[in-house]
Amino acid sequence: MNNVFGDRRAVAVLLGPALLVYTLVMLVPVLWSLGLTMFDGNPLFGFDFVGPQNIRTLFEDPRIGDALWFTVKYAVVMTIGQVLAGYLLSLLYIFALRRASALIRTLVFFPVVLPTVAVALLFQKLFEVAPQNGLVNELLNTVGIASIDWFGSGDTAFIVLALMDIWRSMGFYAALLYAGLLDIPDEIFESARLDGARGWRLVRHIVLPLSMPVLLSSVIFSINGTLKVFDSIVALTNGGPAEATTPLTLYMFQTSFSYGDYGYGSTIALVLTVLCLGVTVAIFRSSRRDLTRS
Amino acid sequence: MRRIRGRTGRLLSFAVAVSTVAVLAGCGGDETGDPGATEVPSEASGAESFSLLINDDNQVVQDELTALAEDECVAANDELALEIETVPQAGLDQQLQLLGGQDALPAQFAASGSPAVTKDLHDAGLTLDLEAALTDLGVIDSIEPAAVSTIENLYGGFIVLPYQFNIEGVWYNKEIFAANGLDVPATWEDLVAAAEALESAGVQPFSSSGAEGWPITRLISGYLFRSLGPDALQQVADGEAKLTDPEYVEAAQAIADLGAAGYFGQGVGSVDYNTAVATFLTGGAAMFYMGSWTLGAFNDPAQNEIGAENIGFFPFPDVTGGAGSSDQLPANVGLPIAVSASSYNDKVGAWLACIAENYGAAALEDQGSITGFTVNGDVGETPVLTQLVQETIASTTETTGWFETLFGAKATATSQQNAAPLVSGSVTAEEFMSKVQADLDSE
Repeated sequence: MNNVFGDRRAVAVLLGPALLVYTLVMLVPVLWSLGLTMFDGNPLFGFDFVGPQNIRTLFEDPRIGDALWFTVKYAVVMTIGQVLAGYLLSLLYIFALRRASALIRTLVFFPVVLPTVAVALLFQKLFEVAPQNGLVNELLNTVGIASIDWFGSGDTAFIVLALMDIWRSMGFYAALLYAGLLDIPDEIFESARLDGARGWRLVRHIVLPLSMPVLLSSVIFSINGTLKVFDSIVALTNGGPAEATTPLTLYMFQTSFSYGDYGYGSTIALVLTVLCLGVTVAIFRSSRRDLTRS
Repeated sequence: MRRIRGRTGRLLSFAVAVSTVAVLAGCGGDETGDPGATEVPSEASGAESFSLLINDDNQVVQDELTALAEDECVAANDELALEIETVPQAGLDQQLQLLGGQDALPAQFAASGSPAVTKDLHDAGLTLDLEAALTDLGVIDSIEPAAVSTIENLYGGFIVLPYQFNIEGVWYNKEIFAANGLDVPATWEDLVAAAEALESAGVQPFSSSGAEGWPITRLISGYLFRSLGPDALQQVADGEAKLTDPEYVEAAQAIADLGAAGYFGQGVGSVDYNTAVATFLTGGAAMFYMGSWTLGAFNDPAQNEIGAENIGFFPFPDVTGGAGSSDQLPANVGLPIAVSASSYNDKVGAWLACIAENYGAAALEDQGSITGFTVNGDVGETPVLTQLVQETIASTTETTGWFETLFGAKATATSQQNAAPLVSGSVTAEEFMSKVQADLDSE
């Protein structure tokens, strides 16, 4: 094996194609996009060099702050919601359902494989108020609460969005965390129980510390996915009402492709990249510590 | 593991080199296309089908072109088959700009809600100069001169086909008005009083679509044209006034007040165009601000449960003390459709000639809708509402545009996205106008 890696030509032959494809589909567009931040225009009319003008616009644009705040809010709420719901489900599988959990696990996982647009249409119908009440408003009416225009204000639209995305993804995190919990040897639980650990104490002192590595992986998965959310928001609210549920990704898309401003769109992409980089660095720094010993 | 050397290694290197060249060639793209070409390409080039990209909120053009393809234009259709693709109105601008950027526009495409986008496409050489093309085809006389002049005013040239020729105003349910003892409102105060009376009688005063946004922003421009005169928005475009000026905010506030009083019904932000039409045509609302492109639905007994004879029309009422007058009507070529310059060939030309000669009569006969094409041949008796619109068009001396006529793509999107929040109260009139003005300033 050492011989192969010692041969530069062999290394080039083995790595070359993958590196080439990676360069073409990842690095070139990234650098291209970075270059575009210095330009104004679109492919229809060509580009004019404007230097750091787009960066200056960033500080004057009131919408960028709103989009950034929404992105962070969404990522934090969704990461907590997804991982917590997934963790509770995995605890349910392990401790309550045990071997009978296969059917429930399948059912809970099912929304993960459904197309986002189909799920969004389902939730639009569930929460609709016009032209007729959806199931949720009908239920509210039966208990004497007036119908709510869920998609009429940013706060209620966010609630629906969060519910939808948690419902859609909790099965995935439940499966991931369930696999992590299965790795904990039964003997540890038994000895803990013999020592008198039950219920919350068992979870707090035995399950939680031992499942911390897989829990951290889930958080990394979740935060990376939610910072880049796009499809579920486009399908459910399209960023509305007004711009109340517009994350950076959607604002970037609209700026580039609806408003025909590729330069400023790329600048928004740069903001998103810096945000993702910051979060990744923070997570990697914190994960250098061995969490099982903390 | 044995070292990879000699013949095998050279073969591998060669394979990598070949695949590299292939990948690079595939990514290189074709730089030879000239989207600005205006001469008619030969039959071998140009469109391979008579494709149409159109917004999905109104079926009239799709239905009529499909009917023509099976009847009057069957020869053109045999040569170049009609293919229709629909896209939500909100996604149309994106689609047009993406396809335009790749020189992949279909043979025909609906013009954007913002004439500026279509003008941009034309400036980039992507749309066909219809005046030259239709003159060459010998069918320029089949376009109504009034339609051509309206298009030239909006687009700076004859670059879209007038599949509709419309006026806009308020359609009302005569039966509901009579049952509540209401007269046709002549002033804004009358309109608000009528809405109040209807609301207290348990009738939804207005049907509108907040999901589309534009049916609401047209109320704002209607108010502005009455209060400040027909050049109110031209002054904004020229930089002589701002939407944040108090007299402009007053218009947005007037419409916001209608929403605050609940006159648009519940959940207006979720109501799409077809639902808004259906609400009015099933008697669910007393009034409906819309263009006369809805005549197709009004004249369709399957959709119109209240009966065409039960529908009346009045122009946007006067604002007391305002500089405008209800004699000035918004007029436009609703559903304007541009033709791709690079897709144009003899077969597309045959289609365009057939459309120019037959579309006006077919649309009037089948749907009772009025177009910018001349009506060639006898179409029998015209429906009552269509006659009403024809007479109104004939008697209108001064026309206006709509709220976003002079806006770019960004301000248009912001205006339409914020229309529903304006009437549902989550955006104030000042905020609404500030947001749109900010986008106008940045364009």
